[in-house]
Amino acid sequence: MRKLLILAAAAVGFSGAVQAADITGAGATFPFPIYAKWAEAYKKETNIGLNYQSIGSGGGIRQIKAKTVAFGATDAPLKGEDLAKDGLVQFPTVMGGVVPAINVPGIEAGKLKLTGPLIAEIYLGTIKKWNDPKIAALNPGLTLPEANISPVYRSDGSGTTFVFTDYLSRVSPEWKSKIGTNTAVQWPVGIGGKGNEGVSASVKQVANSIGYVEYAYAKQNKLAHALVQNADGNFPAPDDKSFQAAAANANWNEAPGFGISLNNQKGAQAWPITSATFLLVHAKPEKPEETQAALKFVDWAYKNGDQLALGLDYVPLPAGVKDQVRNAWKGVTDPAGKPIF
Amino acid sequence: MAAVTDQMASGMPAVRRTPKGTFDLVFRNASFLAALFVLVLLAGIIAAMVAGGWPAFREFGFGFLTSSVWDTQNEQYGAFPAIVGTLSTALIALVVGVPLSLGIAVFLTQLAPPWFKRPVSTAIELLAAVPSIIYGMWGLFVFVPLFAAYVQIPLSNIVEGMPIVGTILYSRSPSGLGILTAGIILAFMIIPFIASITRDMLEQIPSVLRESAYGIGATTWEVVRYVLVPQAGVSIIGAVMLGLGRALGETMAVTFVVGNANRLSASVMDPGSTIASRIANEFNEALGLQLHALIALGCILFFVTFVVLVIARILVARVKSF
Repeated sequence: MRKLLILAAAAVGFSGAVQAADITGAGATFPFPIYAKWAEAYKKETNIGLNYQSIGSGGGIRQIKAKTVAFGATDAPLKGEDLAKDGLVQFPTVMGGVVPAINVPGIEAGKLKLTGPLIAEIYLGTIKKWNDPKIAALNPGLTLPEANISPVYRSDGSGTTFVFTDYLSRVSPEWKSKIGTNTAVQWPVGIGGKGNEGVSASVKQVANSIGYVEYAYAKQNKLAHALVQNADGNFPAPDDKSFQAAAANANWNEAPGFGISLNNQKGAQAWPITSATFLLVHAKPEKPEETQAALKFVDWAYKNGDQLALGLDYVPLPAGVKDQVRNAWKGVTDPAGKPIF
Repeated sequence: MAAVTDQMASGMPAVRRTPKGTFDLVFRNASFLAALFVLVLLAGIIAAMVAGGWPAFREFGFGFLTSSVWDTQNEQYGAFPAIVGTLSTALIALVVGVPLSLGIAVFLTQLAPPWFKRPVSTAIELLAAVPSIIYGMWGLFVFVPLFAAYVQIPLSNIVEGMPIVGTILYSRSPSGLGILTAGIILAFMIIPFIASITRDMLEQIPSVLRESAYGIGATTWEVVRYVLVPQAGVSIIGAVMLGLGRALGETMAVTFVVGNANRLSASVMDPGSTIASRIANEFNEALGLQLHALIALGCILFFVTFVVLVIARILVARVKSF
């Protein structure tokens, strides 16, 4: 019996040791596929695994505050005062774009042109039909149907909604005052789909609908996208080049924790609805070795993960931004005040 | 072999001779603990939900039940549209599902030829075992487009401009998603339960009763109406309440097809939300007061289900006393 107990204790101790070597993280669902891909490659090289729970940004913030994970992940950046209050350090990992997906009979992908204010009016319910004079004026070559527009939105709280509503708030004062920016807002019209898959299923099935999804999702599901006018007045195609163009002209030091918006950035080819996704670690972690392992993983991903990211239709950060992030890691210290990275 | 028999022969009386009381006592206490466990579990759930929802109840008071605002931006929450959505989808499910279920049960027990009875019975039991997410997926990918094309759009064209029905059945954006769709999917989900319980109950009615009724010249309808239904009445109400309980709390299937709009609409064709669907949608990303408001919603659903059960009990008691 005693032998059995010792064996059991040894087994528990052993599994504990294995888990301690794994990096724990939780949060946003949007970057989950690329984090999983990076983790797979990282484990092959270093034998250190990543245990990432994609429970949503809100859950990620809760868990890092409760110190149950080494890092939390969020799509919507925390504000400077929130970071300071909980002693958190925030930095971006990868970027992605949000595209309007449409299902209008007779209109092919990339043909319909829209502007931010028009999208805001559609989602506010003030533009009701596809052949509205304002849409027609922008698309002289297209035959627009005289049909009611069905706007589709994310019914669950989501970073995608945050990026989309942030963009609409920037381009439409009416949107900003009536609806605002958040991971979930009070939509005045439209139907809600749960998750990217819920939105894309609704857009695919409901004729004359418009929705918004992550670019990777629209591409993989072959949803027809619309073009959106950027700050320079152009209509760039949504792809990694136009997302990178949005990041290139941004001033990343404008907000604490790199928490800037890449929406509506200047640049001839900049896609107007772009955003980064973020990680959160404690500035003075209780278990510095765990945070150190997490930072090493991110550093490895910065160096070796760009091709993997592009393969999954994410966009790598510009090299300069990565260096700024590594610089910011100097603020993450062990109890003695020594930087752990 | 002989030894074993010997052992058994000598062993059996030995077992019988052990004081009966000990085992009985252990068994009694064990079963009492098992029953107590349910009560403790229930009390724990109620306590956790009230405690979790308390900040929301305190913040909004009675207004939480009557307010239609659900604004995460300004931290204003009201449960009214979700409560209305929950009750209306469940009501539609009963209106559609109960007559169908009773029809199935009566047909199977009274009218169906034996070769047909067995496959239909098996099919109903299989339907009851289908996970709710499958109903949701099937609803979203198969039922919703058909419903939009063949019911919503033609119906909206017909009723447009009419008084009352022009409001209740008119669809502003005929997407196929909405309160009515959710109610119909829920009906499909509760039919197997109600039908199979009712069928079992009808089968238990002594055939002498039925045969006597036929003997004095009653028609099939008269036998069903005046003999079978009164006999099985209590159990049928019980079965319907079981179905209602499922309809009130169903989450995933409803979330897929209800349209998830946190708004109140006079039309059953418009998207809405239920308590369960809103919790499923927002729980992941909820923080602070929003999280408390969601738990408070759960509390309300708990209470609504409880009230439904109480009403069912009262109905059953009243029917029994006749």
